[in-house]
Amino acid sequence: MAVELSAREIGDRVGAIVDACASLEGPLLPILHGVQAEFGFVPQTALRLIADRLNLSRAEVHGVMTFYHDFREEPAGRHVLKLCRAEACQSMGGDEIAERAKAQLGVDWHGTTPNGAVTLEPVFCLGLCSCAPAAMVDGRVVGRLNDDRIDAVIEQVRA
Amino acid sequence: MSTLVYVPRDSGALAVGADDVAAAIAREAAKRKLDVTIIRNGTRGMSWLEPLVEVATPHGRVAYGPVTVADVVSLFDFGFLKGDWHRLGQGHTEQIPFFKTQTRLTFARCGITDPLSIADYEAHGGLAGLHKAIAMPPAEIVATVTESGLRGRGGAGFPTGIKWKTTAEAKAPQKYIVCNADEGDSGTFADRMIMEGDPFVLIEGMAIAGIATGSTKGYVYLRSEYPDAIAVMSEAVKLARDFGMLGPKVFGSDYAFDMEIRSGAGAYVCGEETSLLNSLEGKRGVVRAKPPLPAHQGFLARPTVVNNVISLASVPIILDKGAAFYRDFGMGRSRGTIPLQIAGNVKHGGLYETAFGLTLGEIVDGIGGGTFTGRPVKAVQVGGPLGAYFPRALFDTPFDYEAFAKADGLIGHAGIVVFDDSADMLKQARFAMEFCAIESCGKCTPCRIGAVRGVEVADKILHGEEPAKQIALLTDLCNTMKFGSLCALGGFTPYPVMSALTHFPEDFQPRTFAVAAE
Repeated sequence: MAVELSAREIGDRVGAIVDACASLEGPLLPILHGVQAEFGFVPQTALRLIADRLNLSRAEVHGVMTFYHDFREEPAGRHVLKLCRAEACQSMGGDEIAERAKAQLGVDWHGTTPNGAVTLEPVFCLGLCSCAPAAMVDGRVVGRLNDDRIDAVIEQVRA
Repeated sequence: MSTLVYVPRDSGALAVGADDVAAAIAREAAKRKLDVTIIRNGTRGMSWLEPLVEVATPHGRVAYGPVTVADVVSLFDFGFLKGDWHRLGQGHTEQIPFFKTQTRLTFARCGITDPLSIADYEAHGGLAGLHKAIAMPPAEIVATVTESGLRGRGGAGFPTGIKWKTTAEAKAPQKYIVCNADEGDSGTFADRMIMEGDPFVLIEGMAIAGIATGSTKGYVYLRSEYPDAIAVMSEAVKLARDFGMLGPKVFGSDYAFDMEIRSGAGAYVCGEETSLLNSLEGKRGVVRAKPPLPAHQGFLARPTVVNNVISLASVPIILDKGAAFYRDFGMGRSRGTIPLQIAGNVKHGGLYETAFGLTLGEIVDGIGGGTFTGRPVKAVQVGGPLGAYFPRALFDTPFDYEAFAKADGLIGHAGIVVFDDSADMLKQARFAMEFCAIESCGKCTPCRIGAVRGVEVADKILHGEEPAKQIALLTDLCNTMKFGSLCALGGFTPYPVMSALTHFPEDFQPRTFAVAAE
């Protein structure tokens, strides 16, 4: 999977994303979302290109990118498992589910399994507070987690 | 004739298998050569019954739930398409006590209609408010909203009409309506439900706000944790544009209004209006000092109305039925209805829209039916991660902005999270500080540093290091954060911390003692 992208290829693809967002008011977040959707993370070289195009300093773009939890500096695993850590999920045993997931995957928060299959992320509320504890697997929601259900989720993604 | 079967597309239903259930029903109907049309509606809000499958019968809609794929064959066998008996049968949906006792104004259509059908929307009373607004002088729209008593449902409770008036009177070549859909509070999901279940009501509310204030452009800042809501809203905006509800001439009038859906990027603090505006502009989501108010200098320093989803979604019915109709619900200075979100460790969780004034006990024990685990209720956190923990002793507090403030709490976005007696309130207090430390934007010191110190102090209490001194320090720290922080993140984090300490002091005793005593 580790295909090195040439600076030129990144440049072309980032350029197209910036072009598509050119007419927006406040285009930086849509651009960063676009870049992350394209590459799975925001490559360092993209920051300079975006900065040049938006007439910002590279530091400003870096500052924005690193402010938000969503944007990654490195690719995630093939699957991203987000577990809700917020209060409603806590009240239904979310902490125990999280400990179980960490133990099974052998990673802590933000960690990726050595085989590159899963990245475990905390999330603070998926709005599934009345069917807690909740998780999100590659953008798909899962609720009413218990030991069996979290095991099944992990089984699906860990290979 | 085709039988209509409803299977919700709300993410609360998707999370417990609604897509698989819908597919299984379609398969089974095809196998039996039955003519069935599946409609993916929003949710009725009875989360413990999800996936809640409904069948349209000549006598009204009949509900079955919670349905799993394994139940589908037997549902057909028992004749659910005619509304016949099945062990999952809940009877007529609208007769289920949780649903029947509600006053659904803002959520009138949610769960009933196909969220992406404008025809369905209009057939169920949609668009009447917007048509009336187009025919009214803008100042009269503002006056109607003011008279209705509608207050910001995001948490602050500021009168919506006053905000609109300020923006309407501001002179600028471009003004904006910004919808705050960054619903980050744990225990809340009303915004998500309305956006996934009745998106046109929000679009209609924003268009009315635009006409009332002379704003021609709207943005919905929607959190990235809600991909399903983003998908539904984006599709709804396209449909509304094609239908002439948005565009250079709203329904052929002289008013222009169009809107965009923007995705957040995982920062809780962007639910604070000024940090949201910075984020929308493409900056770090750092809080701005006020004044200037967003109503004068908001998005791109232009006059901007920033309203919560539920505030805007409540506007169409106010315009349609009139200010007095809405104002007649509620108590004291809390007028109209509030969508309570009952969540966490509770038997009957979900969304319950009602007039202000029910007591916390009626909500938790009555409507919610007590805990899911069947153990005693220990604490209830109201208003999200910045809201206070209430003990049973305060269950007579009526649900009203002022009454909650008097009890050193807040109703916030009306999320209610129930905890049973296994909850450890010191742990909850520590979590409040930890959350504040993770999500602080870093602009002001009490929040940025105070939250980190708060976690350390809580840990010292846990380990029994000079507990009396640490508790005094924690109290002092909370005081500094409350009065010294720029926004509600640092300013309200003391609510959960101090309420835990005040109402559950036994949980703040050193743990080593408890172990030694056993």
